[in-house]
Amino acid sequence: MTATPHVHDLGMPDVTTVSGAIDASIAANGPKQTELKAKDLKTDQEVRWCPGCGDYVILNAVQSFLPSLGIAREDMVIVSGIGCSSRFPYYMNTYGMHSIHGRAPAIATGLAASRPDLSVWVVTGDGDALSIGGNHLIHTLRRNVNLTILLFNNRIYGLTKGQYSPTSEVGKVTKSTPMGSLDHPFNPVSLALGADATFVGRAMDSDRKGLTDVLRQAAEHQGTSLVEIYQNCNIFNDGAFELLKDPTTGPMWTIPLVHGEPLVFGPGGASCVVRDDFGGLRIAETNQVDASQIVVHDAHREDPSYAFALSRLSSQDLRYTPMGVFRKVSKPSYDRMMADQLEDAAAQEPADLDALLTGADSWTVSA
Amino acid sequence: MTGTNTGISPAESGVATDMDRAAHSSAPGGLVKSVVELDRVVIRLAGDSGDGMQLTGGRFTSETASFGNDLSTLPNFPAEIRAPTGTLPGVSSFQLHFADHDIMTPGDAPDVLVVMNPAALKANLVDLPGGGLLIADSDEFTPRNLAKVGYASNPLEDGSLDKWQLVSVPLTSMTTDALADSGLGKKEAERSKNMFTLGLLSWMYHRPTEGTIRFLERQFRRKPQIAAANIAAFRAGFNYGETTEAFAVSYEVKPAPMAPGRYRHISGNQALAYGIVAAGQRSGLPVFLGAYPITPASDILHELSKHKSFGVRTFQAEDEIAGIGAALGASFGGALGVTTTSGPGVALKAETIGLAVMTELPLLIVDVQRGGPSTGLPTKTEQSDLLQALFGRNGEAPVPVIAPRSPGDCFDAALEATRIALTYRTPVILLSDGYLANGAEPWSIPAVDELPDLRVEFATAPNGSAEDGTEGQFLPYLRDPETLARPWALPGTAGLQHRIGGLEKADRTGNISYDPANHDFMTRTRQAKIDGIAASIPATEVDDPDGDATVAVIGWGSTYGPIGAACRRIRASGRSVAQVHLRHLNPLPADLGDILARYDQVVCPEMNLGQLALLLRAKYLIDVHSHTQVRGLPFRAAELAAVLQDVIDSTGTTPTAAPLEAASNGAVL
Repeated sequence: MTATPHVHDLGMPDVTTVSGAIDASIAANGPKQTELKAKDLKTDQEVRWCPGCGDYVILNAVQSFLPSLGIAREDMVIVSGIGCSSRFPYYMNTYGMHSIHGRAPAIATGLAASRPDLSVWVVTGDGDALSIGGNHLIHTLRRNVNLTILLFNNRIYGLTKGQYSPTSEVGKVTKSTPMGSLDHPFNPVSLALGADATFVGRAMDSDRKGLTDVLRQAAEHQGTSLVEIYQNCNIFNDGAFELLKDPTTGPMWTIPLVHGEPLVFGPGGASCVVRDDFGGLRIAETNQVDASQIVVHDAHREDPSYAFALSRLSSQDLRYTPMGVFRKVSKPSYDRMMADQLEDAAAQEPADLDALLTGADSWTVSA
Repeated sequence: MTGTNTGISPAESGVATDMDRAAHSSAPGGLVKSVVELDRVVIRLAGDSGDGMQLTGGRFTSETASFGNDLSTLPNFPAEIRAPTGTLPGVSSFQLHFADHDIMTPGDAPDVLVVMNPAALKANLVDLPGGGLLIADSDEFTPRNLAKVGYASNPLEDGSLDKWQLVSVPLTSMTTDALADSGLGKKEAERSKNMFTLGLLSWMYHRPTEGTIRFLERQFRRKPQIAAANIAAFRAGFNYGETTEAFAVSYEVKPAPMAPGRYRHISGNQALAYGIVAAGQRSGLPVFLGAYPITPASDILHELSKHKSFGVRTFQAEDEIAGIGAALGASFGGALGVTTTSGPGVALKAETIGLAVMTELPLLIVDVQRGGPSTGLPTKTEQSDLLQALFGRNGEAPVPVIAPRSPGDCFDAALEATRIALTYRTPVILLSDGYLANGAEPWSIPAVDELPDLRVEFATAPNGSAEDGTEGQFLPYLRDPETLARPWALPGTAGLQHRIGGLEKADRTGNISYDPANHDFMTRTRQAKIDGIAASIPATEVDDPDGDATVAVIGWGSTYGPIGAACRRIRASGRSVAQVHLRHLNPLPADLGDILARYDQVVCPEMNLGQLALLLRAKYLIDVHSHTQVRGLPFRAAELAAVLQDVIDSTGTTPTAAPLEAASNGAVL
């Protein structure tokens, strides 16, 4: 296939040969068009989310920033599961599969592992990724397959009309929990870091700049990236993230993560993050601590404990929520290692079907 | 069995033949030993799970195969890796039937039983016919081991085994004596007793020994001391046979006549894995296997994992669902997606199979069936997933189903399943079973360039216009008029971007559609596509050498051998019977209804409670006589023959036929 110069290093290997038949079929199609505009990524399908849904904002942000990656749209594949967010592929003029509940990471793994030349994305939600598909999510993260997972977290089941989700706060009153939900919620970032994810970020649907920045870094990362996107469901869980979106309260409770910058936040930089006595992190008032005590954000730390401690600063009520890239470390990706094993095997022993079928202990019967 | 030779063989027909010709030879030391020529032998080796019976059986099989006998094997082992030593649940056995002619089964009962301890004796003696040869390792018949399985006295000494030809041999101590100078400790040396036993049997049946010596050298190349000990034990066993007075007779089973060509011996799982590699090579597609370990299918994962040089990717997934999901994702990208499992795994994969039906992508699902329901009998065989394969999904979700009939046939079945999957863009379920998976037989090695051409054409250009008339559109659900298959457009192909998924599709465009008429149309179209596969299936073969049968017996899958052997017995008794064996379970062959309608009675033996019989009754309104058994073991040919005889005689034809028992003369197949 024609080597495509990417504007950004997407960590994608230069794959010259995928397989004879696949390669030939794609090559027959001519050169790649990598200069795209947002409208090139729209489809003729009417977008069917509820008016006012946060998903619209995310769709627009993705369509606007993707062309800047310099990837041909035919080289992008979006795989989703089931739920409101999982309708995403229908609205993107790329290849896509709207699959079954919870299984998108597994399906995307097979695609990404066998086609390292593609840019594979997973779009999922809190129910899809963390409840029915929890197992696939953690195993995908630990394997570090080269794909980018966008987890739209609205803390509710929207498509089934409003039951509590695995990220809903304790005591959530919904149709299935009239007296309040009993389960303790997952913190998706903590969960991903617990699975040793090599890239974990968080962004807000309405924050176009912050979202775009995290998405770009996620796309450029080689291996599995997980981006939790706080997304408002204005029908069943409206205002779920208002504390962070409100111009007055937002800055008080949001901790922006910028690699290499001290973790200072709040109006006038009044708050900061310092180390606690147990190796974790805590919030302090900036004027009460020495500047040297303030933690400088390091997303590249090999040990995930620091990023995990960051993720634990926030509670169910969203106070002290870090936003940005928690962790970004470089490890070999599964698909690359798999391709390497195939190459090594082929170099050691050329494929010979007749020799394989004959084996070591054959005999001949003469006429 | 070898190939498709269904001619009558004297022994399998049950007719006694006077093949035994004794000769005498002089062994070293002047001992006169006689050699008896046999046409067939069934040997069963039984011991503790840790005694290496499967390995010993496998080696004996290899020696026998390379000698040129036809053969069929039945490994039988517990689900526990190591049940407590010396107990009944820990008994593992391996049965091998070999002959100088074409055979179809591993034998109903052994002629020779080798037991390595009291538990093995207790578990297997019931199967050894009176007069059979019983070889026992006397060293292991200690009071403690006898007590473990409830023997009050030592059966090797108390006369309770008088109706058999008992040969009590101190196999363990002779092994340790032989290895006294090997430098190994007693415990380690004892572990070679299986090779001593193999050596003894190799002498007894005139097996070639070079292959086993090469195998041991290869197997233990990093542990030369162990290799040397095993080879020494093997030779000591052989020499013991030659010099001892305990065995005055050795046996010769001449090679079976086979069609000219190259042969090897092969197990079902191995043949299936090779079939998948070959399917990748012949289609030009990279193979992607997504699998989760499960008995008795794991060996396919193991085997395919060795063949990365063929571009085979193997992915050990976190669960059964991820295994098939990854395979389907790979198929979307243009790979030959494969998943391998057993019945419980198929249950978990059902939703993804439905997605593959909906997205109309090629996918091969291998179900190596085992005893069910639930965890059931993991290491035993059964054919009880037929209805699950056909109907175990939500909605109208038709899936082609095919089944191999012998270990070697698993190779061809894999290629045929792939042909259907690629041609019709559909998931295909291949139903093997535990008996085929672990059983072995000689296999005629196919010529690579004569294997089916499975190349596919991917979509490379737009194929139609949109509803508003816009030209140059790609319509992912525009179908091939002949096969009704949809185009396969690979990610990476410019201009053919499209979205597929589990929601109902509009015809042609593949867009989401909730239109009632469209859903009705698409549901019927998906069914018609699968039904249409029947047009590509060869005419059903009916094996009725006499041409006048009024009773037909129909089977599918691994019952081919036992049913075939039963038919030989029936024909040898002067009766006629027609045998029909199905490879394609969905769709059924187009001519099947007409064929079955020709017979007064149709008998359907199955290792389930009548699943194919249910289908045949429903589809063809035929009063099928269902004969079923779910013992975790293959049918015995003699039992099946008795069932067939009853049906044939009750239809009132073939008045000249002799009673089956008299004709069979007690021989076992």
